[in-house]
Amino acid sequence: MQSVIHLITSYLPFFWSGTLLTIAFSLSGVVFGTILGLGICFGKMLNNKYLRFPFICYITFFRGTPLFVQILLVHFGLVPLILGQSNGIVAGIVALSLNEAAYIAEVFRAGIQSIDGGQTEAARSLGMSQRQAMRYIVLPQAVRRVLPPMGNEFISLIKDSSLVSAIAAPELTYWAQAMGAQYSIVWTPYLTISFIYLILTLTMSFFVSFLERRMATK
Amino acid sequence: MMIEVDNLKKSFGTNEVLKNINLSVEKQEVVVVIGPSGSGKSTLLRCINLLETTTSGHIRIEGVDITDKKADINKIREDVGMVFQQFNLFPHMTVLDNIMLAPIKVKKVPKARAEEKARELLGKVGLADKAGAYPDSLSGGQKQRIAIARALAMEPKMMLFDEPTSALDPEMVGEVLDVMKQLAKDGMTMVVVTHEMGFAREVGDRVIFMDGGYIVEENEPNELFSHPHEQRTISFLSKVL
Repeated sequence: MQSVIHLITSYLPFFWSGTLLTIAFSLSGVVFGTILGLGICFGKMLNNKYLRFPFICYITFFRGTPLFVQILLVHFGLVPLILGQSNGIVAGIVALSLNEAAYIAEVFRAGIQSIDGGQTEAARSLGMSQRQAMRYIVLPQAVRRVLPPMGNEFISLIKDSSLVSAIAAPELTYWAQAMGAQYSIVWTPYLTISFIYLILTLTMSFFVSFLERRMATK
Repeated sequence: MMIEVDNLKKSFGTNEVLKNINLSVEKQEVVVVIGPSGSGKSTLLRCINLLETTTSGHIRIEGVDITDKKADINKIREDVGMVFQQFNLFPHMTVLDNIMLAPIKVKKVPKARAEEKARELLGKVGLADKAGAYPDSLSGGQKQRIAIARALAMEPKMMLFDEPTSALDPEMVGEVLDVMKQLAKDGMTMVVVTHEMGFAREVGDRVIFMDGGYIVEENEPNELFSHPHEQRTISFLSKVL
């Protein structure tokens, strides 16, 4: 037992920096994924079917292929193409955000379309433009409705970020693998990071239910 | 002339809902539209506010052809208030914000003045104490009076009412009709689609009977109710009166 504690303490700085990077990956995925996802969501709701088509393709691709494959594509293909060299952290952020955006887009579309058409009609009849009706009337109501499914997406994202360990981005899982390899052990590193992941996902779900409660009272 | 409708036709797919409608509404006139469900009365009202696109024909509001593609629809709608059967209040805002939103965002009225006006309107519809309430906490009758106040906040030149009392419990119909009667007395130009024959008779300057997408008959309320000419009007009135 003492040796286990000793092992964990010796790796603590790495787990700490790994945790920070995992949080950074997740937060970037949440922020960029939400911004990009909203854009794609509006793109998919365009009336013109030719303009709509690329957005449908985007969602189909990112929801229909494995995240792991997307990470490899971004890391070995997209990032070197643009930056001239590979970079695990950039590739991780890009791949997670692109993937998250596809899911967020669909969650938002469902939320927006669940708002009664009478709301838009009332706003338009008061002289508001389509854009104003969306911004002041539909979106605020849709955001409340999509909060629970968004929370689920964010929790999945925290867990999925472990996949970027495969492209040598030094987040939590990467350090667990390193520790396992160094000491030829299995249980200690992976149970330790499981525990850390649990703390992260639980914190996220507490935060989301806090938001839900706060918005419900309004 | 406030509203002029010329040869208006409207189809949903192959289903022609409005067949050649001609109608004009003068300033300060209260026109009541009655008829069986599916006769096209609500569609006509929604066309006047361009919530439905017209298939053919013209609608002019104060001489401006709103069916013209170049017409500034948002600008026109500022002058045409609409009240819906289902109220359509914004549930995420207080009553006061419901009323103030459009004047502030669309007409760029300063917030303080918009609030003053909103409170004045709330007083007018008898709900001054509900300014801070959310729509969910109100009864149907209260919701509809707020919806009327919200439309009035844009200071429209005319008001369209789409079955404003049809979703209400019977004991709440009166309070909404009272607000509408007061509005008519104040000289508002109104087009009201309703099943309230008492209101049509008492407040209407003219009653229009629609059936099957046509205007079958129109006349002064007393004439139309007492001496209907058309067979379809007679049979409809015999069922509802």
